Amino acid sequence: MKYLLMIYMNPEIFANLTDEERDGVFAAHDAFQQPLKESGELIGFAALADPSNSTTVRVRDDVLSATDGPYAEAKEFLAGYYAIETDTLERAVELAGQLPDAKLTAIEVRPLMEASGLEM
Amino acid sequence: MTAGHAVEGLLRELAPQVLGTLVRRYGSFDECEDATQEALLAAALQWPADGVPDNPRGWLVTVAGRRLTDQWRSDSARRRREESVALMDPADRLVSPPADADDGAGRDDTLKLLFLCCHPALTPASQAALTLRAVGGLSTAEIAAAFFVPEATMAQRISRAKQRIKATGTVFTLPPEAELPSRIAVVLHVLYLIFNEGYTATSGADLLRVELTTEAIRLARAVHRLLPADGEAAGLLALMLLTDARRGARATAEGELIPLAEQDRTRWDPAPIAEGERLLEQTLPYATPGPYQLQAAIAAVYAQPGDIDWPQILGLYAVLDRLAPGPMVTLNRAVALAMVAGPERGLELLSTLDADDRVARHHRLAAVRAHLLELAGDAAGAREQYLLAAKRTTSLPEQRYLERKARKLPS
Repeated sequence: MKYLLMIYMNPEIFANLTDEERDGVFAAHDAFQQPLKESGELIGFAALADPSNSTTVRVRDDVLSATDGPYAEAKEFLAGYYAIETDTLERAVELAGQLPDAKLTAIEVRPLMEASGLEM
Repeated sequence: MTAGHAVEGLLRELAPQVLGTLVRRYGSFDECEDATQEALLAAALQWPADGVPDNPRGWLVTVAGRRLTDQWRSDSARRRREESVALMDPADRLVSPPADADDGAGRDDTLKLLFLCCHPALTPASQAALTLRAVGGLSTAEIAAAFFVPEATMAQRISRAKQRIKATGTVFTLPPEAELPSRIAVVLHVLYLIFNEGYTATSGADLLRVELTTEAIRLARAVHRLLPADGEAAGLLALMLLTDARRGARATAEGELIPLAEQDRTRWDPAPIAEGERLLEQTLPYATPGPYQLQAAIAAVYAQPGDIDWPQILGLYAVLDRLAPGPMVTLNRAVALAMVAGPERGLELLSTLDADDRVARHHRLAAVRAHLLELAGDAAGAREQYLLAAKRTTSLPEQRYLERKARKLPS
């Protein structure tokens, strides 16, 4: 089953970390990736820029409007993701628990939809 | 059929024979498998243009063997060579037989490779990927596209699986007699998984996507040929054929799923149905019954012309329930029971699953319950259950189907 591990971030919490603690977060991400690549469970990953860099696009009556800023204003925002494929949800949850951000904020584990299906 | 397609078919047929010959000659499944892939790739590039050589199998064995020796000659591979020497056959085997010599071991080779790829130390996903590559002759890129993952991810899975097999110290022989039934069961299960993965209901097929159903049927055919007395091997092949026959009728042109009972059965492909039925006729009277044979028998009942014989389907599910009980069998039995004895009886049986953790939150339980509530005339209840199932499924076509069913009911 394919899952997206969504890393939520709260800038206030991050701002209060010491330099060592921040370095620790980045080092923990590097350490997280290698075994996942080797096991063939990692499908893709990315870190996202701060939402102040976002552009939100809407089309109304065929007219496109682009405004600066995120779609939803919230204290926590999506800071990055890992797309993984694991044999069980338990394994995906275990991996989410290894992410340093799980100790600071939270990781949301959500299944990806598949393009295939069985007739009922 | 183009020259490229013909070559592709030939290469997939030859892949396990070539690999088997190499492993017997040089040991080291891991490196022989890589060398075979390289030889297959070289052939896929050259043969469509230059023509197929007179002895295609010998050509592949020679090219793959050359890759292996090239690799062993390189200094960086010295250590690996020293390790593999220990696994090698006696030295005279290296020089005496010509590259294309067939010492009659091809039959066992394919079986041995299947057992190796479906090694119990591997996860089902790894078993499937390795089987498709080593026995099916598919490239890593093709397998990656079929399972919707990046090629690097699939390459890593295959390489990890080969390392794990190496670490178990497994030798290239048939498993001991006592282990055979359980090992065959794993092989059949892997082919079943490959088939199901490919049995997608989306139309507008992705051209890059290898037909996993076709590959699974081809491999199941090979297993049935190698183990003609195994009732479950025959049953699995029959099940695949009878299921795949529905391919053209199971979805609308827009890719919307059509439930089994509503499919236009005149659009089912008669040739695989006839073959599946023939297999069952030859197997059921003699073999020890098993879940694949029973599921195939059920699929064969659906394939009969005229009204669906629900009492017979219910009877077969009752046998399956005794033989291999499980929540999915109960789900299907509840549908058959509803058709024979009324939806209330089906719903009663379903309620026994609410306490079963394996299925209590599964979208199929809600979907079947919705269907039976609809049959019972409870539109509001059915609508609620269809929407619940739509929310829970992780399949886009299933979700569209379930939402459509909910929309059609009065709220």
